[in-house]
Amino acid sequence: MIAQPVEKIETVPEPPPRRRRLALVASKGTLDQAYPPLILATTAASLGWEVGIYFTFYGLDILHRERLQKLKMASLANPSGPIQVPNLLGALPGATSAATKVMKKWMRDSKMPDIPEFIEMAQGLDVTFFACATTMGVMGIEEGDLISGCDIAGAAAFLDYAANADVQLFV
Amino acid sequence: MTTQINVTETLDVSGVLCPLPVYKAALALKRMEPGQVLELVCTDPGSLEDIPAMARQRGDTLLKTDNRGGTQVFWIEKGTDL
Repeated sequence: MIAQPVEKIETVPEPPPRRRRLALVASKGTLDQAYPPLILATTAASLGWEVGIYFTFYGLDILHRERLQKLKMASLANPSGPIQVPNLLGALPGATSAATKVMKKWMRDSKMPDIPEFIEMAQGLDVTFFACATTMGVMGIEEGDLISGCDIAGAAAFLDYAANADVQLFV
Repeated sequence: MTTQINVTETLDVSGVLCPLPVYKAALALKRMEPGQVLELVCTDPGSLEDIPAMARQRGDTLLKTDNRGGTQVFWIEKGTDL
C-alpha cells in the first residue's frame, strides 16, 4: 500500500479565553428594587465576570450620595410588600416609612449587607457604574451629587458595552 | 481507596445567604494559588447549586461535596485565574 501524504492542516492559534460579561440596567430607585441588580452584579463579578450596571431614571438614586442612604419602599400598590394592608391604608402618612423599616429589619436579621455596603462590595470587585446622562439632565443631578467613580454615559455607550455582553438584564 | 485532600484554607460562611457565600468564597480563592484547596462550609440551601456553579464559572475544580443535612461542605481546588 502506498501511504497517502498527510494533508497539512492550517492551525489557527486559539484566542485567549475571554471573560464573560454581564450588562445590567437598574431603572428603579426603591429599597426593594435596589437589591437585585447589586446582588447579581456582585455575584457575577465574584465568578470572574466583567460587570457593568447602567443606572437610569429612578435607578440613578442608587448612585446618589445622599439618596442612596435613604431609599424607601412603599406598601402602596405592592401586594407582596412586608406590610400587608389595603391600598387605602397604604396611602396614609407613615405607611411608607413603616414598610421601609420592616424591609430593613428583614435584611438585617438575615445578615444581608445594606445598599451602601453592596455598592462598596461592587466597587471593590471593579463593577462599572454607568450613570445615565439624560436622567441627570432631566432630574437636575450634577456629577458631584453622585458617588465617585461613576461613568456618565448615554444609551449608545451602554448599548455598545451591552452588545459585547453574554448576559443582559433589565431590572 | 480514598485520596487525601490537603486543605489550604477553611472558610465558614454559615448563616449568610446569597450572594455572600459565593462572594466570600471567591475573595478567598482570589488570594490563593492555583492548585491550593479551599474548604468551604455553608448553610444557605442555595449553596448546593451555587458553589458548583461558581467553581464551573471561575474554572476551579470541585473535588468533593459533603451534604450533612443543613450544612454543606465543599472542597474547591483553585484553577488558574482568567
